[in-house]
Amino acid sequence: MNAPVPVESPVADTYQDYFINMGPQHPSTHGVLRLVVKLAGETVLGVSPHMGYVHRGIEKMGEAQTAMQFTHLTSRLDYLSAHMNNWAWAMVVEQALGVQVPERAEYLRVIMSELTRISSHQLWWGVFGMDLGAFTPFLYAFRDREKVNDIFEKTCGTRLTMNYIVPGGVMEDADADFEKDTRAFLEYFKPLIEEYEQLLSGNIIVQERTKGVAVLPPELAKSYGVTGPTLRASGVDYDVRKNHPYGVYPRLSFQTALATEGDSWARYKVRLEEMRQSIKIISQALDQMPKSGPVRAKLPAVLRIPPGRYLSRVETARGELAIFLVGDGKPLPYRVKIRSPNFSNLSAFPAIIKGWRVADIVTAMSTFDLVIPDIDR
Amino acid sequence: MAVEAAPLKQSMNNYDTNELVSVLTAKLQASLPEPWLVDAAKIVLAAIALAGFASVLAMILVYVERKVAGHFQQRLGPMRVGPHGIFQPIADSLKLLAKEEITPRDADRLIYNLAPLLTFVASFVCMGFIPFAPNLQAVRFNVGLLFVLGISSMGVLGILAAGWSSNNKWSLLGAMRAGAQIISYELSAALALLVGVIFAGSLDFHEIVKSQEAGWWIWRAPVVGLVTFIIYTIASTAECNRTPFDIVEGESELTAGFHTEYSSMKFAMFFLAEFLNVFIVSAISATVFLGGWMPLHIGNWEAANRIFDMIPAWIWFFGKVSALVFVVMWFRWTFPRLRVDQLMRFEWKFLMPASFATLAVAAILAASQTYFFAPERPAAPPVAPAPTKPPILANK
Repeated sequence: MNAPVPVESPVADTYQDYFINMGPQHPSTHGVLRLVVKLAGETVLGVSPHMGYVHRGIEKMGEAQTAMQFTHLTSRLDYLSAHMNNWAWAMVVEQALGVQVPERAEYLRVIMSELTRISSHQLWWGVFGMDLGAFTPFLYAFRDREKVNDIFEKTCGTRLTMNYIVPGGVMEDADADFEKDTRAFLEYFKPLIEEYEQLLSGNIIVQERTKGVAVLPPELAKSYGVTGPTLRASGVDYDVRKNHPYGVYPRLSFQTALATEGDSWARYKVRLEEMRQSIKIISQALDQMPKSGPVRAKLPAVLRIPPGRYLSRVETARGELAIFLVGDGKPLPYRVKIRSPNFSNLSAFPAIIKGWRVADIVTAMSTFDLVIPDIDR
Repeated sequence: MAVEAAPLKQSMNNYDTNELVSVLTAKLQASLPEPWLVDAAKIVLAAIALAGFASVLAMILVYVERKVAGHFQQRLGPMRVGPHGIFQPIADSLKLLAKEEITPRDADRLIYNLAPLLTFVASFVCMGFIPFAPNLQAVRFNVGLLFVLGISSMGVLGILAAGWSSNNKWSLLGAMRAGAQIISYELSAALALLVGVIFAGSLDFHEIVKSQEAGWWIWRAPVVGLVTFIIYTIASTAECNRTPFDIVEGESELTAGFHTEYSSMKFAMFFLAEFLNVFIVSAISATVFLGGWMPLHIGNWEAANRIFDMIPAWIWFFGKVSALVFVVMWFRWTFPRLRVDQLMRFEWKFLMPASFATLAVAAILAASQTYFFAPERPAAPPVAPAPTKPPILANK
């Protein structure tokens, strides 16, 4: 049923094609992304993304700030994966300085990151429903996301840009109720994934709108450097947590969510499965975590990055985030380069959307789960 | 003048509106010298009453929609303005009135300003034909249903005009979708209503209601009634541009579709028209399939039937319409939106053949008088006689 219109076909040529600006202000680009869409009637002949509307020069700012100060800016990259971004930066600095992170801090990092992944996917799920035209999932998702935010607020003091994971460990020890709250959340949320499935997955319209739509073949995905759930939905088993383990991930047993179809539906199912896996990871980490102990290693007052090149990578909710750091022995880094997952993911998008309808741009882009500030940095 | 008594069963309750109409008519005749002046006064009164009713109705529907949405989404909906937010629609209207009227520089001004009016008038005129109660119907017309179908399809002209004259590509896309969608689904809706007409044997709403004395068509017509009712519900939802067929507005794709550029009262008119349309299609559905203002009668349950008869007819009517409106709102807050090609495929490859099939079956059933709940009295002849009725304003 679902098949793209061949864009080289006479169907496309019989219309006079026209351009339309989707964004920078548009309800479904989820930020200030501008897509210049070439259309013939409702059929998409081409999409070219124009970026840079929220370019803040974060990489350059990294060269003007100490390692500790820059931690706070990394939260602003992909604000839905703030903990993971902080972790990537903390890891590259620790690598440079040769710091050993206390064990409790390592577990806290994992738990926080996986909670972030859940909350990010919750938000994605709600927004996905809204992009399909169903408004109700959005509010269901926010109802549950509130619970995660409450946990973050109790421990980190903030709800969005946490700045909790810092070089050397974490900012402060978790609050007294942390373990209890987190376990309560897991108990609360486990059945709700089934509710999510009932509300959207079982709906015939959702399946019609997503199955077979905007298929991303694995070779294409790899050649564009697509990572994260978007890549795994195409059947490529690549997860930084498994392939380049960091933190205490090797001690935790979980599966990478995989699908082979590569269409919007596969991307949808992979993200739902990732939420289930994250629940597994968190409950294991809570069991293994030392009940007390230091959470922050002693660091020198001035963090001089030793000369050399350092690289860290983490799996954020959207894919592989890599931070490349060059030091020259001074307190300020010589160079900071951020490889953002969203930038690569977006670059594959124009290749797969040709021949689909205007409405498919919205759903397919929604399943790519883009966060625009992370693209522009 | 004695009000033309509808030939109803004696047990039928119609005290409420008959009295009002007869008192009003007597007063008008006493104070106005000429018969045509009486008619003119009636027309003006009916128009004023309908305008008042339509605006209050739209306000109530907006409030109900927001409350329904709220409770579907595990929140409360408006709660701040008045107890349980009942004055929220008034605040909303004041806000809309106070907004700036914006006309895009490159818009085609005449059409741009005319479009909301066209859509609103098309919905508003239909209100006049709806039989709220035995004598509470502004215009009784021997081809009322046909007329309503014709008038309501003018609404799409307003939408097309709005999308075209805004000079905005998103609006134009929305308008083109509207044209394709509404015209397609109108076929199914009209065919479904035609089934009701075949059973009732009349295009007059009043006659259609009266034909359901022995049982509402939704179950009296064997199975076909139910199938047709479902087809009409689907097609009419699409005609009103409601989810899952709201690709015309498609807020996540087309920002706001055809009314992207409209603000203030011009936007409010589209907004009101949408809610009035929901009411109108529900009212027509209730009239044709659910017996309009007829009370529910269950077989030999004399006591229950007597109690049902005591409920005024207009409460029956509004009860049925409210239930149908609620279903349409339920759709909206549950379903995602279809894609434009899926929408068209659904109509042309499924819904319309289904409508034709039910029409054919209905014709056979009506010709052979095969109904459930055979009435005690002999069945009405298939063609309504209606010899004494003047064509317009019969009941005033």
